[in-house]
Amino acid sequence: MNLAFRQRWLPTLVTAAVLLLLLAAAGALYPGFLRPLVFANILRNNAYLGILALGMTFVILSGGIDLSVGTLLAFSTILLARAIEAGLHPLPAAFAVAAVGTFFGAGQGLLIHSFRLPPFLVTLAGMFLAKGLAFAVSLQSLTISHPHFDAAASFRILVPGRAPLTTATWMFLVLLAAGILLARRTRFGRNVYALGGSEDTALLMGLPIARTRVTVYALSGLCAALAGLAMTLNTRSGNPAIGLGMELDAIACAVIGGTLLTGGVGSVFGTFLGVLIFGSIKTALDFHGGLDSSWLRIAMGILLLAFIVLQRALSRSGSPNPNS
Amino acid sequence: MRISSRTALLALPLASLASAALLLPACDRHAAGGHVVGFAQAGAESSWRVAETQSIRNEAAARGIDLKFSDAQGKQENQLAAIRNFISQGVEAIILAPIVETGWEDVLREAKDAGIPVILVDRGVAADPSLYTTLIASDFVAEGRMAAEWLREKTGGRAKIIELQGTPGAAPAIDRKKGFEEVINAEPGMEIIASQSGDFNIERGKEVMEALLTQYGGQLTAVYSHNDDMALGAIQALQAAGRKPGEEVLVVSIDGVRAAFEAMVAGTLNCTVECNPLLGPMAFDAVEKALAGETLPKKIVVEDKVFDQSVAAEVIGSRKY
Repeated sequence: MNLAFRQRWLPTLVTAAVLLLLLAAAGALYPGFLRPLVFANILRNNAYLGILALGMTFVILSGGIDLSVGTLLAFSTILLARAIEAGLHPLPAAFAVAAVGTFFGAGQGLLIHSFRLPPFLVTLAGMFLAKGLAFAVSLQSLTISHPHFDAAASFRILVPGRAPLTTATWMFLVLLAAGILLARRTRFGRNVYALGGSEDTALLMGLPIARTRVTVYALSGLCAALAGLAMTLNTRSGNPAIGLGMELDAIACAVIGGTLLTGGVGSVFGTFLGVLIFGSIKTALDFHGGLDSSWLRIAMGILLLAFIVLQRALSRSGSPNPNS
Repeated sequence: MRISSRTALLALPLASLASAALLLPACDRHAAGGHVVGFAQAGAESSWRVAETQSIRNEAAARGIDLKFSDAQGKQENQLAAIRNFISQGVEAIILAPIVETGWEDVLREAKDAGIPVILVDRGVAADPSLYTTLIASDFVAEGRMAAEWLREKTGGRAKIIELQGTPGAAPAIDRKKGFEEVINAEPGMEIIASQSGDFNIERGKEVMEALLTQYGGQLTAVYSHNDDMALGAIQALQAAGRKPGEEVLVVSIDGVRAAFEAMVAGTLNCTVECNPLLGPMAFDAVEKALAGETLPKKIVVEDKVFDQSVAAEVIGSRKY
């Protein structure tokens, strides 16, 4: 086993093993758990989280963190609701919201890069800002009602087993595929890994650090806005009060998926597995029906710890450069 | 390198064990022959809601019903997911305490398509009424009216009142204000001299009362609060200002939590209108009727009661929340 294999694939394999074990255990305990319908529901109920975690993965890979995505999601939902209420067609409204999210993220990236500020602090400020903006748009949740929006929200393709794949599910799956390609098959993706691995080396190699970093945060902002769209498709309403804590769930999914918080190591597919683990535990708790929801956090806490220990074990020896 | 590989191989079973351990408490709890009912609770943010959860759990146990309980922790997306999981699991009925009014159409339709009746408790939804079976809730307007009527009787129709409102826009705040004003406005000797929001919590209730006292302290004879917590805060403010709540300033509130009964026994609170959270028996009556194919009214009103100092001491021992 060389280091590249251990760092790149072993965590993903472990995550996949944990997921399979979870599903097997849940399937044994709860009849009817291992059905396409349940799996489709996991995808659809966690589509917003998956999209958030996707953007978060790029940020963490680049060596940063983005705490603003949860409240930015809330801001996006209420902005969309207000825009449609004001008479805008849902499609341009959705594009406008996506643009706002992208600019919001890019602005944070610009601040982080230009003034060498810690991403933790800048995005913490962004979290408060987005929350304030959300409540400035509306203090209460707003129902979205527009024939085209309703059509998009009720659209579903039934796969065998009467399992519905909804618009939000498709958004998640398409973005996931795009994210995997972006990370592994483009120059931008390679730059993100290099930047997170070692900024000095990336600088010496002449990589466009400024552009990469700003783009990463812009991408995360865009993902938060798109996650907001997925959320409104689910609830058919915008709500300024949601989102707090979602950024932490997104970070947890990325870490359980094998992404190293110090940057440079991880994969988008691993994050997808992390989201599935999160969703499966939530669903298993509902199927059990006798445990408090605190068990979800306990489970995630234990898994997080296990994965941090695993990551440390995997990177202890050998070259510190993860790209070797 | 060999050592760290070994550590890695150790971590795999460790992680697996961790996830397996979580599923261990999942012993099979199927009650023989009983119905399977899902309960999607909004959260556990107040003692009122905790009492509601306990009531529904106890009643399910008493009737031999296998209750699937999900606490959404104040998040609608969790509640939506819970209902879908209940549906895919094939429960026979669903009890829902909706966290907000909007956004339920789709999931209610999915339940309806699956032939699963949905009983709403304590709050309504902004959705087509044909999508749910019934709503079991208190009449907040009536609660406000009952508080005003008690005050009218106690003061002989003469009072200068400060009103502490709940969170702006919340249904209980709007309706409790409306019901109270209906009675007061018809009574020439009674007047609301100030009305402000204390956000349903004890700290804001205290702050608002302190501020209002400096301006209206001279003429004040009564305080009406939309819930017990704000009333308890107001009592602290009154005492700090050297006033005597419960004696020269009458304090009336709504909810009937245990702390309110303690304040009544101590003589600082005069009256509380109970907003009953013990909805378990009514909820499962509705579930069983719906499963038996009976038609239910779209709204079932929970009977609320007035408690004042004269009964507080004897009732306090039996209070469950």
